[in-house]
Formats: sequence, structure tokens, C-alpha cells
Amino acid sequence: MGQTVAEKIFAAHLRDEPFPGTKVLDLDRVLCHEITTPVAIADLEWRGKDRVFDPGKIKAVIDHVTPSKDSKTALQAKILRDWARRHDIRDFFDVGRNGVCHAIFPEKGYIRPGFTVIMGDSHTCTHGAFGAFAAGVGTTDLEVGILKGVCAFREPKTIRIDLVGNLPDGVYAKDVILYVIGQLGVNGATDRVIEFHGEVIEEMSMESRMTLCNMAIEAGGTCGICEPDMVTVDYLWPFIQDEFDSREAALAHYRQWCADEDADYEQVLRFDVSNLEPQVTYGYKPDCVKPVTEMAGQRVDQVYIGSCTNGRIEDLRVAASILKGRRLADSVRGIVSPATPQIFQQALAEGIIDVFMAAGFCVTNPTCGACLGMSNGVLAEGEVCAATTNRNFNGRMGKGGMVHLMSPATAAACAVTGVITDARPMLAESAA
Amino acid sequence: MTQKVFGGPALLLDRSDINTDEIIPAKYLTEVTKEALKPYMLEDLKLDGFDPASVSVKQARVVVARENFGCGSSREHAPWVFEVNGVHTIIAESYARIFRQNMFNCGMLAIELPRPDIDAIFALADEGEVEVSVDVDAQTVTAKAGGSERTFSFEISPFDKALVQAGGWVEFADARY
Ligand code: SF4
Repeated sequence: MGQTVAEKIFAAHLRDEPFPGTKVLDLDRVLCHEITTPVAIADLEWRGKDRVFDPGKIKAVIDHVTPSKDSKTALQAKILRDWARRHDIRDFFDVGRNGVCHAIFPEKGYIRPGFTVIMGDSHTCTHGAFGAFAAGVGTTDLEVGILKGVCAFREPKTIRIDLVGNLPDGVYAKDVILYVIGQLGVNGATDRVIEFHGEVIEEMSMESRMTLCNMAIEAGGTCGICEPDMVTVDYLWPFIQDEFDSREAALAHYRQWCADEDADYEQVLRFDVSNLEPQVTYGYKPDCVKPVTEMAGQRVDQVYIGSCTNGRIEDLRVAASILKGRRLADSVRGIVSPATPQIFQQALAEGIIDVFMAAGFCVTNPTCGACLGMSNGVLAEGEVCAATTNRNFNGRMGKGGMVHLMSPATAAACAVTGVITDARPMLAESAA
Repeated sequence: MTQKVFGGPALLLDRSDINTDEIIPAKYLTEVTKEALKPYMLEDLKLDGFDPASVSVKQARVVVARENFGCGSSREHAPWVFEVNGVHTIIAESYARIFRQNMFNCGMLAIELPRPDIDAIFALADEGEVEVSVDVDAQTVTAKAGGSERTFSFEISPFDKALVQAGGWVEFADARY
């Protein structure tokens, strides 16, 4: 019987099976940020075990609240910063060089096909876009990962999702994943890996694949996975060109991490996206999803474009293509947070930042920002945000606030009108 | 690590998909000690008639809920806020993976019971305050209210049991790897 991607990665990384069904894996990457890591560091110190298993495999960033907003967040940043110095963790990104974890680590080439990756952050599933097994964990798992380079999992079953057809104009990876979550439900993939296949994936950029895999957790999934292909190799090429003679050789090597033809899936789902409409969430759970046309006209107070889901360059490009020559509605405030400094600079070079500012947006530094209501962009009671983020939980962006999840195109259209708006007519007009 | 206390007065939350933002809102994640989280348990829970400041919340040692408990963020602050409030046992129909693992990694119990058993616990509430006791070795949960009493058995993997007995994953892993 053939194997799924996750099964291959598990087999290649198995360190121990202390009890039947419990697999302890060797880790290739342990990723850290300043919210969940300082407690792990403090606990390691308290236990007299302030050590790291391999400083080269640990990467760290300050991203959730940055620059620090008060004494408490300054202390969190300091604990992480001092620890990175103390243990010679070279790949540590501090103020000025920092960006959202799930955007900056892939951008630096740290994630490769076949890798095992953990982070104290639920959206670690994003990195499965590279054909890796990447799972969000809590602080205790992170702590053991830092100390020993291992993590225990129950081997997950895999749900295969085949995405076929052609994505219509104005419909994006975000719409696809919102639709899929609506179909699976917030619990539909718990303890499961979601493997994405099909021509829709083959056509997608790495950025779009990351958007897709990012939200696997919103269906309960441990990881979303796309098989490595030439798109993956092209993205990684600047970082791997010394390892391989050619891109073809790299691809041949990475293809060992593709699923076998006769792999055994728990469930196979097939969605034809050819008639998919842009999707928007309406409630406090990410599976409360409707086509934008059924939500049109509902008031929006704030628009937020950014986050590990949709703060990458192609997201900013799409939003800017709508905002160019248009202005924010008077009733709306717009905030855009490019996810990394590199994305920010690219957007500057392409004139995208100008477009956002001319439209009336506030452009922030790269950070998680409004996504989790911890630093800037917090909503007041009763306010509504159109957001490109991944969670619409009650209170997520501020107590009593409401978040509608959507694509960058839809969010930009909402910014222009002040109500939930189908972006497609504006896109068509801009293209004409 | 001190042995956890399993069982006591139960707080019944008749809802599915209770997420980690409801259990402990993100704005409190700037704390670097578990103790500091104590006043904020379930502060943003959306449930009719629920008051996070009520006596039944303060006295709770066990939480009983429906499906997909603890979904959302990976924050271990969610198990910790229960831990520092003396709630070391959660009983639900199912859990989000990370939350469940975090509970056992802290040496606490995330017990899964099928829907009819959870229904029966909720039904007991008609007779008065529900008190739950847990026997980890025998893998049973007993719920009492008024004069009635029901006992249910639960499954726990040998790994999770070992974590509860070892007082958590750090001690277990450090001894072994
Ligand atoms: S952008 Fe939002 S979802 Fe992504 S890591 Fe930051 S807080 Fe989490």
C-alpha cells in the first residue's frame, strides 16, 4: 500500500514509538515567536535546562506586537532576544527586520519539502505548502522541541482534496479555502492532514498555496500539504542552488515527498471551482461562509489587509489594482500591514504603497497587527471589520467586534464602498 | 511537578466549538506567568446566561462541554488559565488537537465521552449542582447530583496516561531523549 505525504515524512523522521500509535519525530525546524516562546524559556530556566538542541534549526521572530507597545510586551521581546543571543540563534528577526512568522520564515528559504516543522502557533500548518509536515503546538511541546528536537504526534490520517476546474476571475485561494472550510466544518479535519491536489493547485503560486494551507487549522486540520513541484523549486531556488546541479535535479529529489499513486486516504473530496464565487464569513466561526453576493450591503467600519493568510505581495497587488484611482469611503478606516520587510520594499518599488496611501489607508510596519487584537487596529464594541485574516472568533479583533473574513480583493472593494461588496465589477473596470 | 486534583464541582457549558479566544482572550497573552491569567478564565465565552464572574465559575474544578472544545489558537494559556483556577479536568465530546495535547502535556485530563454520556451529565443538572469524580486508573468518571449518580468509562491512550503520571511531557521527554 502506498503512502501519503505525511506518512512518508513520519517514516523518515521516526525517532521513537514509546507506545503504540504515538510517534516521536525528529524535527528539522523549531520556529519561535515572542508570545508563546518566553514562557517556554522561563520554564526551561526554572528547570535548570536552559539549553537548545541545535541553534541552526531554531528560528525566531518578534511579530505579534512589534515594536513593543508597553512594558509587558517589551519584556516578552527581551526574553526572546536575550535567549537568541545566549544560544547563538543567528536567524532571529528583531525590530526593523521582522515580519509575520509564517511569511518571513518561508521567504528566507527555511522550509523545504520533507521537513518536520513545529511552532507555538496554530497557523504553522501554512508551511505544508512546501510539502513539509508542519504543525502548531503548545508551549510545552515547543519547550521539548527546543530542548530535544523532538515532538510526539499520533500519526494523522489524511484527507485528500482534489481541486479541479478553472478559478474564475476575481476568485482566489482565500475564496477556495473559505469554501472548503464551509464544506468540512470547523471540526471536519481534526487530527487529520489535508493534502491538496489537482490542476487548481498546480496553477497556484507558492503565496496562494500558503494562503490555502494557512487555514487548514480552521477546519481542525493538523497541517495542509501541497506536493512539491516546479513552482516549489522555483521559489526555493535562490536558497538551494548550491545543493543541486539544476532545477530538474532538485525537483527529482523533492518528488520523493509526493504521495504514492496508491496512497490510502481516509476520505477523498473533489471540488470543481469553476463556478465558485468570492466567499465571506458571517458569524463567529470560520465555517460560517457565504458567497459575497448574499452578504452585499452590510456595513463595514474598518478594513484590514495583512496577516499570515493574506499579507504577501500578490495580495497587496490585487488590493492595489482595485484601490488605484479610488478612495476609501468616508465611513471606513483602512489598515494595511505588509507581512515582511521584503514585501514592504517590493510594494514600495512597485508603487503599491503609494496607491494604498493615496486611497487613504494607514500603512503599518510588518506585524500581526489587528489580526488578533493585541496591538493596533483593535475594534470598539459593535464595530465591524472586513479582514483578510483567518479567524472571526468573538472578540478576536477586540471585545464586541465582528470580523468578516474575505480575500484581499473583496476587502479592497469593501474599503471603497464602506459595505460588503463584490469586487469583480471593480476588477473588470480596472482591467479595462 | 505537583500531582493534579481531578474532579470536583462541574461547570456545564452546553456548547460546541468553544475556542481558545473565548477561554483566554489574546489581550492577556502579554503575561509571562500562569498565575497572572487567573481572573480572566472564559471571559469572552458566548453562551446565553453565562457570567464569567459567577460563583459557579469560581468554584468549578471540572468543565463539561460539547464538541471540538479548545479550537483555534495553539496558546497553552488556555489550559493554564484552567490550571491556575483549579480546573484540571475537562470532559467533552471531542477536542481540537492542540488543546487536547496541551492539557496532557501539562499533566491534566482532557476526557472524551460519547454524546449520550455528555447528555446524561447535562440531564443530571436538573437535580442540582453536578459533582464529578475521576478514577484515572480505572478510567471512569462519576457524576452526582441530588440523589442520582452515573458512572461512565473513558478511553485514554497509554501515552497520555504516562504524561499524566509523569506530571507532563517535559519530564517524560527529558528522561528519555
Ligand atoms: S497574522 Fe494573525 S493568525 Fe497569523 S501568526 Fe499573526 S496573529 Fe497568528
